[in-house]
Amino acid sequence: MATTTTTDFVSPQPSTTDNYLNNEKGILSWLLTLDHKRIGVMYLFSVLAAFALGGTFALLIRAELWTPGPTLPGVTADMYNQFFTLHGAIMVFLVIIPGIPAALGNIILPLQLGAKDVAFPRLNLLSYHVWILGACFMLLSLVLGAADTGWTFYTPYSTMTETAVIPAAFGAFVLGFSSIFTGLNFIVTIHKLRPKGMTWFRMPLFVWALYSTALIQVLATPVIAITLLMLIVERTFGIGIFDPLLGGDPVLFEHFFWFYSHPAVYIMIVPAFGVISEIIPVFSRKPIFGYKFIALSSVAIAILGFLVWGHHMFTSGQSVLAGTIFSAITFLIAIPTAIKTFNWLSTMYKGRIHLETPMLYALAFLWVFTIGGVTGMFLAVMSVDVHLHDTYFVVAHFHYVMMGGSITAFLGGLHYWWPKAFGRLYNETIGRIGALIVFVGLNLTFFPQFILGSRGMPRRYYNYLEEFQGLHQLSTIGAFTLGMGFLLTAYGLLSSLRKKFDAPANPWGATTLEWQTASPPPYYNFATPPEVTQGPYDGYENLEYDEKIRGYVPTKA
Amino acid sequence: MAYQFFHCLSSLAAPPKLPDSPFFLLPPQASTISGEIDWLFNIILLICSIVTIGVILAMVYFVRTYGAKSRAANEKADKTSEHNTTLEITWSVIPLVITIAFFVWGFKGYVNLKTMPRDALEVQATAQKWSWLFEHSGFSSGELHVPVNTKVRVILRSTDVLHALWIPSFRTKMDVVPGRYTDLWFEATQTGTFPIHCAEYCGRGHSDMYSRVVVHTKADFEAWKKAEQNKNDSMPPAELGAKLAQERGCFGCHTIDGTPKVGPSWKGLFGSRESYTDGTTLVIDENHVKESIEDPQAKIRVGFPPTMPTFKGQLNDKQITGLIEYIKSLK
Repeated sequence: MATTTTTDFVSPQPSTTDNYLNNEKGILSWLLTLDHKRIGVMYLFSVLAAFALGGTFALLIRAELWTPGPTLPGVTADMYNQFFTLHGAIMVFLVIIPGIPAALGNIILPLQLGAKDVAFPRLNLLSYHVWILGACFMLLSLVLGAADTGWTFYTPYSTMTETAVIPAAFGAFVLGFSSIFTGLNFIVTIHKLRPKGMTWFRMPLFVWALYSTALIQVLATPVIAITLLMLIVERTFGIGIFDPLLGGDPVLFEHFFWFYSHPAVYIMIVPAFGVISEIIPVFSRKPIFGYKFIALSSVAIAILGFLVWGHHMFTSGQSVLAGTIFSAITFLIAIPTAIKTFNWLSTMYKGRIHLETPMLYALAFLWVFTIGGVTGMFLAVMSVDVHLHDTYFVVAHFHYVMMGGSITAFLGGLHYWWPKAFGRLYNETIGRIGALIVFVGLNLTFFPQFILGSRGMPRRYYNYLEEFQGLHQLSTIGAFTLGMGFLLTAYGLLSSLRKKFDAPANPWGATTLEWQTASPPPYYNFATPPEVTQGPYDGYENLEYDEKIRGYVPTKA
Repeated sequence: MAYQFFHCLSSLAAPPKLPDSPFFLLPPQASTISGEIDWLFNIILLICSIVTIGVILAMVYFVRTYGAKSRAANEKADKTSEHNTTLEITWSVIPLVITIAFFVWGFKGYVNLKTMPRDALEVQATAQKWSWLFEHSGFSSGELHVPVNTKVRVILRSTDVLHALWIPSFRTKMDVVPGRYTDLWFEATQTGTFPIHCAEYCGRGHSDMYSRVVVHTKADFEAWKKAEQNKNDSMPPAELGAKLAQERGCFGCHTIDGTPKVGPSWKGLFGSRESYTDGTTLVIDENHVKESIEDPQAKIRVGFPPTMPTFKGQLNDKQITGLIEYIKSLK
C-alpha cells in the first residue's frame, strides 16, 4: 500500500473526491447552490459571524458596567443604550432564531430523513438570501445611528427617538420572512419526504423539535412582521396606532410584540431540546427514556407557548383577570419542560456514558437549563414578578435559558455533527477545555445577576448604585471568561478544517440515518434511499467501535 | 365574579407565618406587603433549589457510576425499560401540585397589590424624561414624602414615554403609561429613606431617573409639611431655585460646573451671548430663561438636541423667579 492509509477506509463510500463540499468549486457554486448542506453551512458561518458581533457588544456592555457611571472612555449613556439594543437584536433575530433550525437543521434534517434535500430547495436558498438582506438592514441601522430602543422596540419611545429605528425594525421584518420560509420548508419536508418505514413515532427527536419550531415560525412570525410595519408607518407618516398623542395605545404594542416574541422564545429553545435529545442517548449508549412524551411535549409547548404572552406584562396595566389566566397557563408549560429534564436524566441511568465534547455540552445544558427553568417560577408567580419585573433577575433568567440553554445546545450539536458536516474530527482536548470554560464563564456571568436583580438593580442601566458594583464586576469577569471560551472553541473547530478528511461515517455510534452515509455526505446524500425498520435510538448493541477508523461499524454477525 | 371565586380559593391557602427572609437576596422590608412577597420568594427558592440540586446530583452520580471506560471497550448499556408509567405520572403530578400552590399564592398577593385602599393618602406622580414629580397635600417635590403606617395610593401619569415606578423595599412596581392613569399603593412600616428607580427603559437618562421615598413618623410628616410651607413662603429666591432644580430633575441634563451634558451648563450662562438654530443670537436674560422653562422648543441653542420637556403649569411665578435667580447666581 503506497497511498496514505488515513483516507481509504474512513467511509462506506470514497468521499474525498466526491462530496458536497468539493463537488463544485467557486464562490457562485456556494451562493447559488440549491444543496441544503451548502445552504446550512453558509447559514452556519453567517450566524457565527453575527454571534461574534453580538458578543462584542455584550463585552462592551459588561466592560462599561465595571464601574457606576462612565467607565470606558468615550462611551456615553446613549452609546450604551445602542450597545444593548444591538446586542439584543443581533442575538435574537440573527443568531438564536436561525442558529439551530436554519444552520444545523438545514444540514442535518434531510439527512435524518434519508432524503436528497428539503422539499423546496429554491425556497431554502431564498430564505438564506433574505436573511442576508435582513442582516444588511440591521447593519445599516448600526451605520446610520444605531437604534437605542432595546430589542423590544417599545412605543412611544421607538417612534420618538432620533436614532435609526426604521432600518433595524425593517431588518427584523425582513428576517421574519427568512424564518417563515425555513419553517414552511421544514413542515412540508417532514410531512412528505420521510423514508419508507419512518412513521411519525420513528422520527428522531430533533426532527420532532424542528417540526414544532416550524409550526411556531409559520404561525407567529407574521404578527411581528405586521407589528413592526405598523411601527414604521406610525414613525414615518404619523398615523396613530400606538402613540397616545395620536390616539393610539402603547400597551397594544406590548401585546402585539409579545404575541410573537413569547412564542419566539420557543423558536429559540425547542430546537435545543431536540439537539439534547439526540446527544444524550447516543453518548449513554441507551435508547431515550419516554420517547413519545418528549416528542409530543415539544408540540404541546409550541401550542401552549401562544397563550402566555401576557406574563411579560404583569406590571403594564393589563387587567388582573388577564394576568391571572396568563400566569396559570405559564405554569402549565413548566410541567412538560420539567418532565423532559427527568427523561434525559433517566436515559443516563444504567447507560455507558462517554464524555466527549457534545456530551459535556449536554450535561452543561441540563445543569444550566434547570437553573434557567426554575427561576422562571419566580417570574410566573404574579406577586413576586411585580418586584422582579424589568430587573437583572429577568436578565439572568433569560440568559440562563437562551445562552445557557440554546447556545449551549447549539455548541453541543455543532460538535456532535461537525465530523458529519465537514468530514473532519475536531481536537477533542480543545473541545473539552472550551466546553468547561464556557460553562464556568456563563455561570460566573449570569448567576450574580440573579442577586443583583432581586436586591434591586433594574435592567438597561448605564449608571447604578455603588452597592451593586461587586456583583457587576463578578459578572464582567465571567463575560470575558465566556468570550475566551468561545474563542478557544472556535479555534478548535476551525483548525480542523485545514486537515484532510479524516472523519468516519459514524464517530459516535449513533443509529439515526445521517450517520449511515459518508462524512462529509455525497451531494445526493445517500447512494440508495434508506429504509427504516426500528426506532431512531434502537440498535446501539449492534454497533461496534473500530479503533482503526475511529468510528463505529455494524457488528459482524 | 371571577375575583370573588379566586378570593375564596386563595383564602383556603393562606401562607403560614414564617420569620423574615435572609436579607442578602432581597432589599430591606419596609412595607406591609413585603413580608408576604418575601415569604413566597423564599418558598420558591427553597423548592427550586431542592429540584436543581437534585438534578445536578443525579447527573453527577450517573456520570460517575455509569461512566464508560473507553470507546474501544465497546461496553453495552444495561437494559432498562424505555418508559415507566408510574414514575412518569409521579414526576408529573408532584410539580403540578407545587405549581398550583405557587399560582394561588401569587394570585392572592397580586390581587392585594392591585386592590387600591379607599381611604388612602393620594399622591399624584408625574414621570417625564428623566425625573419624577410627586404632588400631594398642596406640595410638590422630586422626592416622595409620606407618613409611616399610612396607606398611600400613588396615581401615575407620564408626559412622554413609558416609565415604571419601582420601590424595591416596598416590593411594588407599576408601569407609567402615557395617555392613561395607572396606580399603585403601599403602606410603609419603617421610617427612613428608600430608593425609587425607573424600571421601564426610557432613553438616555433612564438610569439617572433615581429618587427616594422619605418615610416620616406621623409627627415628623406634619413638621415637614409646615417647614415646606415656610420654605416656600420665606426662602430667598436663589435658594428656592437651587432646591427646585434638585427636586425637579434639572440636573439630569444641566450641570453647574461648566461641562455641557444633554443641555447647556448653567455656570456663567446668565448674561452670556449665545447662538440659536434659527440663526439669531441673544443675550440670556430673565425673559429668555422663563421662555426656556415654559416653552423649551421656542428657541434651540446650537449644538444641543431639542429634547427638554415643558414645565408650563408645573411651576408658579415665584418658583420660576427662584430658578432665574439661582441660574443668575452661578457665575
